Amino acid sequence: MIKIVDYGVGNLRSVQKAFEKVGYTASLVSKPEELQGCDLLVLPGVGAFDRAVYNLKQRKLWSPIAEHLKAGRPYLGICLGLQLLFEGSEEGRESGFAQFPGKVIEFKNITPVPHMGWNETVWVNEGVNLSPAAVEIPCYYYVHSYFPVPADPDLTAAYSDYGGRFCSAVRRGNVMGVQFHPEKSQFAGLNFLKKYCEGVLNYD
Amino acid sequence: MLQKRIIPCLDVDDGRVVKGVNFKNLRDAGDPVEVARRYDEQEADELVFLDITASSDRREIMMETVKRTADEIFMPLTVGGGIRTTEDMQKILAAGADKISINTAAVENPDLIEAGAEQFGSQCVVVAIDGRRVDADSYEVYTHGGREARGLDAVEWAREVEKRGTGEILLTSMETDGTKDGFDIPLVKSVAEAVDIPIIASGGAGEPAHFVEVFKKTEASAALAASVFHYDEYPVPEVKKYCRDHGVAVRPPWGGK
Repeated sequence: MIKIVDYGVGNLRSVQKAFEKVGYTASLVSKPEELQGCDLLVLPGVGAFDRAVYNLKQRKLWSPIAEHLKAGRPYLGICLGLQLLFEGSEEGRESGFAQFPGKVIEFKNITPVPHMGWNETVWVNEGVNLSPAAVEIPCYYYVHSYFPVPADPDLTAAYSDYGGRFCSAVRRGNVMGVQFHPEKSQFAGLNFLKKYCEGVLNYD
Repeated sequence: MLQKRIIPCLDVDDGRVVKGVNFKNLRDAGDPVEVARRYDEQEADELVFLDITASSDRREIMMETVKRTADEIFMPLTVGGGIRTTEDMQKILAAGADKISINTAAVENPDLIEAGAEQFGSQCVVVAIDGRRVDADSYEVYTHGGREARGLDAVEWAREVEKRGTGEILLTSMETDGTKDGFDIPLVKSVAEAVDIPIIASGGAGEPAHFVEVFKKTEASAALAASVFHYDEYPVPEVKKYCRDHGVAVRPPWGGK
């Protein structure tokens, strides 16, 4: 069962609908007990880092998600859900899940910020098998002001360029985060979700 | 590389897509959900809905339209028209919009920009500016769907809304809107040079070359059009291909270049 964590950071219907479009059922959950029996945990989110941490803790979702990550079970973080995988962010003071070493930093040498729109994205390392076949360098839709800097370069699953190269997806095993919004990225985004799900879920 | 965006705009009146010339003489162009789905298939980069009636008794129709549309498309959706309060913004975002666009309300109550940016993030707040030429190099801001002159200079107003936390400006020239003679290059150029936030150029697109022109001559991040797309004179893929062929970075179609 795919579960999308709803913790008060916007409308997550579009994420749910994207999974449905590629043939999976995904439910929105907002209580810790609802995370039981979760094959793939999806943590979306836009907004501020500290607010996300606060909301997750207040709803008692933080610990079960941390345990899910510690066990290396399938996790897909989208935007803020990727950033929370790291130790912390320049945007706030709270600690992230620290699943991956490294920090989240702000775009500094380019305007406009946020980085908003469709940008070319190159899959590398553990992301290569998620690279869509239809186009050589796919474009995905981004909207963010901060991006991750993994301490281990092998964690980078995709990179993009905005005032210099930045890490736009991370992956180690089943745990993955993408800075772009697959649910807003039409064919390329849906294809990514499909491939990722096929890779981490076994329903038979 | 960040791609230039091509954005179809749907003027929605009482649950139907309409299109006028110079903000007048509306004609019917279909069911918004159907039209939106077609643009999603055509790989438009974003979609804008402008509720041009926006009278309070019809708000629910619009909300329902937004909801049904958001369920059908996989690209960002901006909704504008008649938004007065952060509660209005909240409702439209909850219905499935990704961004909200404000025009008259921003001029009459500029604090709304800050309030919206604070509550939902700058990326959610688009300020629409309708400008009409006053003399060779100045434009005046109009509100109420182009009916009321406000005595505000368009460039000054753009700077002001940026300072207040707007994430993006949807800039429409009332001179060129509906004419199909091309975008208003002087207007787009002067506003885009005055601010750091992305500018969506709007008004006057009549053929693919107009898109290339606005991207080459100005710093616009996106170009918006309605009738060229609605009546399939130039479908979105054709415009995008023309842009790519003329050296403008726009997203290639899925399925190959």
